[in-house]
Amino acid sequence: MLEINNLQASVEGKSILKGLDLKVGNGEVHAIMGPNGSGKSTLAQVLAGRDTFQVEGGSVSWDGQDLLAMPAEERARAGLFLAFQYPVEIPGVSNAYFLKAAVNAVRRHRQLPEFDAFDFLARVKAEMKAVGMSEEFLYRSVNEGFSGGEKKRNEMLQMSLLEPKLAILDETDSGLDIDALKIVAEGVNRLRSPERSLIVITHYQRLLDYIVPDQVHVLSKGRIVRSGGRELALELEEHGYGWIGDTGEVPRAPAGAAS
Amino acid sequence: MNDAITRDTIVPDTTPRPDPRPDPRPDPIGNFLEQDYSAGFVTDIETDTVPKGLSEDVVRMISARKGEPPFLLEWRLAAYRNWLTMSSPQWAQVSFPEIDYQDIVYYSAPKSKKDGPQSLDDVDPELLRTFEKLGVPLHERARLAGVAVDAVFDSVSVGTTFKKELGEHGIIFCSFSEAVKDHPELIKKYLGTVVPPGDNYYAALNSAVFSDGSFVFIPKGVKCPMELSTYFRINARDTGQFERTLIIAEEGASVSYLEGCTAPMRDENQLHAAVVELIALDDAKIKYSTVQNWYPGDKDGKGGIYNFVTKRGDCRGARSHISWTQVETGSAITWKYPSVILRGDDSVGDFHSVALSNHRQQADTGTKMIHMGRNTRSTILSKGISAGRGSNTFRGLVRVGPKAEGARNYTQCDSLLIGDRCAAHTFPTVEVRNPSARVEHEATTSRIGEDQLFYAMQRGISAEDAVSMIVNGFCREVFKELPMEFAVEAQKLLGVSLEGSIG
Repeated sequence: MLEINNLQASVEGKSILKGLDLKVGNGEVHAIMGPNGSGKSTLAQVLAGRDTFQVEGGSVSWDGQDLLAMPAEERARAGLFLAFQYPVEIPGVSNAYFLKAAVNAVRRHRQLPEFDAFDFLARVKAEMKAVGMSEEFLYRSVNEGFSGGEKKRNEMLQMSLLEPKLAILDETDSGLDIDALKIVAEGVNRLRSPERSLIVITHYQRLLDYIVPDQVHVLSKGRIVRSGGRELALELEEHGYGWIGDTGEVPRAPAGAAS
Repeated sequence: MNDAITRDTIVPDTTPRPDPRPDPRPDPIGNFLEQDYSAGFVTDIETDTVPKGLSEDVVRMISARKGEPPFLLEWRLAAYRNWLTMSSPQWAQVSFPEIDYQDIVYYSAPKSKKDGPQSLDDVDPELLRTFEKLGVPLHERARLAGVAVDAVFDSVSVGTTFKKELGEHGIIFCSFSEAVKDHPELIKKYLGTVVPPGDNYYAALNSAVFSDGSFVFIPKGVKCPMELSTYFRINARDTGQFERTLIIAEEGASVSYLEGCTAPMRDENQLHAAVVELIALDDAKIKYSTVQNWYPGDKDGKGGIYNFVTKRGDCRGARSHISWTQVETGSAITWKYPSVILRGDDSVGDFHSVALSNHRQQADTGTKMIHMGRNTRSTILSKGISAGRGSNTFRGLVRVGPKAEGARNYTQCDSLLIGDRCAAHTFPTVEVRNPSARVEHEATTSRIGEDQLFYAMQRGISAEDAVSMIVNGFCREVFKELPMEFAVEAQKLLGVSLEGSIG
């Protein structure tokens, strides 16, 4: 269970999140939608613990722990996973080495035995097959020279290997063609389970054709202005973000309809 | 004539400079780079030392202490007279106060009975403990490791292992002083033929006052059955270390040679001016690897070794191959350009380098590949890492002579910046006088970014491990060239854990 209360955050002195409230229960999938600059990515980075973002107020409790008090790597080890909007390249470090280091760091934390090379390879190869990545990517440097789609698949691969309790997907659908989108969505759907919570951040509702959320939230100017079921996403699709006011109410005569 | 030499003392530049960007946030990269120098202890031992200063008398004194034949004394004196007419090079991207050559001790040796240790059993146990502490196996462990070691403490060699076993193959591996005594004909034939005594300022100084070093001779057709290794340790205060290494591989011979270096932490700067000469005859192969970890000075730039070294290999024979691999993590200043003269047709020269400069360290290093023979090939792979306020310079020369038909060179030169107060420079020079030559150069500069660190940490990897991983990844192509034992040491030096067995 994730509970965010009145969260306020800034980056480089500029206030971005201005009192955000959100509750995500175990096993639930929540979609967060909103226009560019509404604070979607900031929310993802703050939850993951990036220290270039300053928390100015509010609280985040996660399974009874004070999430904001934990350093980034501890959040990760405890099961928080962020699928990056722009996955980072690490030249010279093989994907296999990086993945094994990450998986074993998490396993140590969970007091599970570390994988040796054989066990790890068997596991990673099975997961790669599932996300449609060829084994060649194990021996290439992390994300270096990967296409946009390959980077996103690599994120999905990491997510399935790390078996998070809370996964945040930051615009994972951006830059994907429809086939890649389906593969990513399948990867996410495979991970759905009663213990696992998912936050899917997206600008477009098309991803939600494949990942069906329990709840949809609209983020505007650093606050959640409206929440609803899946139909809210369709409404946004139809009317665009232009109509969102401070209340989040849809005007009776949609502004977008005229043009 | 000595009046011409400045009498300023060596004073490290510790003027505090304003910090342009104070940053109160926790700095994982910074913490990683603050790790202590672990080889910085001092050994308390009785030494036989000549008085400070340099003159013909000092040169004669050194030669006399070593019981050298007259030809070598004359050679030293000629070098000394030559040195007096020279001035120190000013072109390197390094800055330091002028060195007072009269304030340096040119000869310091552990006091020993009679003429020095006859075997390791005669060596002062305190010395053996010193090398033990540094992880250099001079006794039983050496046998397990299968590496023959020559250990040089201040100015003299304290012991060489596996001599007998190597002797059975006709291989000579001993201290330079012993070689002068036992094989003067080889010394006379080869000494100074690759780096002439007047080659440069520091080489001339070394030629005048060199005290010891290692000598290796691999006879025709012999593949050296084990790694040969020399471990250099500066201990005494105010002492310069001037060692001389000469390696000769005759026709068809091959050898892999490693060298390691450390020094205690001291507030004053110490001068290390070595000369290494490699000679490879027809079809011979010499692989020379260095892990240099001289004391780099403290984080404010106080103390540390001035490492001014001339290393050159001569591919004298056809199809010969000389390969330099270096990991330079220590020294306040490094001035060093291991080079290869590709004289023989079809000869091959390699240079693989990792140079790290942290805090106020300055490294100006690179190589020269001089193509003279036909179809000669050379590869240069340089990885420079700058952190803190370190400055790292790659300086390379590729020269293709008019007769070097079909010569080829490939140069790759990469710089990694950690933080935003360090510097990286690249000065490649290419001179081609044969139209059939092919010369390629690639260079990159990258930075360990906050985004890379956060990405790794978001996957559960600690910041230290993440920095290690990134630096290690950057250096991987060079570490691959090191012999196994040294690759491990090199990675440890960079604070890097060994990569897993996959990937």
